[in-house]
Amino acid sequence: MNQTAVKVRGLTKRYGEVTAVNGLDLEIRRGEVFGILGPNGAGKSTTVEILEGYRHRDAGEVTVLGADPARAGREWRSRIGVVLQTSNDVAELTVRELVRHFAGFYPRPRNPDEVIERVGLAAKANTRVGKLSGGQRRRVDVALGIIGRPELLFLDEPTTGFDPEARRRFWDLIAGLAHDGTTIVLTSHYLDEIEALATRLAVIAKGRVVAEGEPATLGGRASAKARVSWLEDGVRRTVETEEPTRTVLELSRRFSGEVPELTIKRPTLEEIYLELIQEV
Amino acid sequence: MSESTTASAAAPRAATTSLPGTLRVGWSRAVVETKMFFRERDSLIFNFSFPVILLVLFGSIFSGQVEGTGITVSQLYAAALIGAGLMSVSFQNLAISIAVEREEGTLKRLAGTPMPPAAYFLGKVLSVLLVAVLETAILLAVGVLLYDLTLPSTLSDWATFGWVFVLGLTASSLLGIAASSLPRSAKSAAAVITMPFVMLQFISGVYIPFTQLPDWLIHIASVFPLRWMCQGFRSVFLGDVGASLELTGSYELGRVALVLAAWTIGGLLLCLLTFRWKSRREG
Repeated sequence: MNQTAVKVRGLTKRYGEVTAVNGLDLEIRRGEVFGILGPNGAGKSTTVEILEGYRHRDAGEVTVLGADPARAGREWRSRIGVVLQTSNDVAELTVRELVRHFAGFYPRPRNPDEVIERVGLAAKANTRVGKLSGGQRRRVDVALGIIGRPELLFLDEPTTGFDPEARRRFWDLIAGLAHDGTTIVLTSHYLDEIEALATRLAVIAKGRVVAEGEPATLGGRASAKARVSWLEDGVRRTVETEEPTRTVLELSRRFSGEVPELTIKRPTLEEIYLELIQEV
Repeated sequence: MSESTTASAAAPRAATTSLPGTLRVGWSRAVVETKMFFRERDSLIFNFSFPVILLVLFGSIFSGQVEGTGITVSQLYAAALIGAGLMSVSFQNLAISIAVEREEGTLKRLAGTPMPPAAYFLGKVLSVLLVAVLETAILLAVGVLLYDLTLPSTLSDWATFGWVFVLGLTASSLLGIAASSLPRSAKSAAAVITMPFVMLQFISGVYIPFTQLPDWLIHIASVFPLRWMCQGFRSVFLGDVGASLELTGSYELGRVALVLAAWTIGGLLLCLLTFRWKSRREG
């Protein structure tokens, strides 16, 4: 089987005078949870919508699951799952009715009750969608996105408006899907979410990929200087160093043992990200 | 290696053969659409009661007869309101509800699934058909019980009723689907669609006898299907005596069929050319 799920070369999209996507390259392998980060207006949504087959491109090559989304048909659609950003629809149907209805669109759907159970809505299966909380509705969206047993799942800002506990549960759900072999393309504004879920990610700014890699090493994150900080004579002291271990050993000798309020920090994904999008 | 080649070659073929058919998906859309329609109580009450209330209102205000024909004014209204009610459950209902579905993202979500687009339209038309049959039955019952409306007695009248109903409903449904792209947002949809529809009813002889309108309004009304639907229904319920009340002294059933058929084809073309699955905001 082809190991590439998504391949993009020189993708370009213009809206009138504005070039939203400007020669973007991207490659996503099967089985990856691929994060896409970028500020609003960077071309992130346009790119994802072109991959999903919602938008046409002006130039470039795009292959998603072996087909061109602009020309792919129903068979291709049945292998893709899409969870969009907003949804306030179908309030009058119950969760079970809606999930069963969508199952009928696909050739090999998952079992609707199992999917409802999996997104944690078993107790709400007979509740009308309009009566659910925002987070519960979002889980209905995910249920509809995965009911067709997709090989590739697009998740757009999936946890916006979740409380912290609901987000954790949601992450478990996504991790479980990835474990089953579903390739996942995740866009999010929450960097901790990308860090927790993504195996690789790309940062998009001004219509191009400005950095690509694993969350732990993106943009030289792992080799960046560490900040060692401690309390000495009632004053907080901080040094930036490429050898934090040596610094700590020296401190330990100086304090003959425990260093007061010691912390060692590498740059967070957020700091790296902000740096990356400012450089462009 | 040979195993995985066989597997990947077999998988797409299996998928192609087992994609659910348009009719099956269309039927399941119709079931879901109908459930949603009957569960949304506000619009349900509005849709069903509005023409009935108008009939009762007009029947009570204008209780006389049309001179020299033995036809009561309320009979005239009953026939016309069946036409207007039909256009209300199809044109008005679809144009507004699809505009709302477009903005709420229902359409975009459906477009992201392997649902055949034709199944969506099939579902809409089937559920509208059911609602139209129910509403017409209620109007007929009220008309017969309270306002001396007589049901058609001949097979040919029933046949006329049948084709005016089906052609009128189809043309109005397709027009409604096409018109759903006009409102700029879901909020404005009700106003943008209802205003011209109310005007159309006034100039199409639903509330005011067609013969009392100035020529230029008659010309405008004659372009649209409602005038012809009402004319067709009057031919069924008022009989030959009523023909003298028509503009040309005849029900012109041939022209009724022609205009409604033209709108059916034109409406279908409009839908195919203009239907958008995404809201205007999203480009």
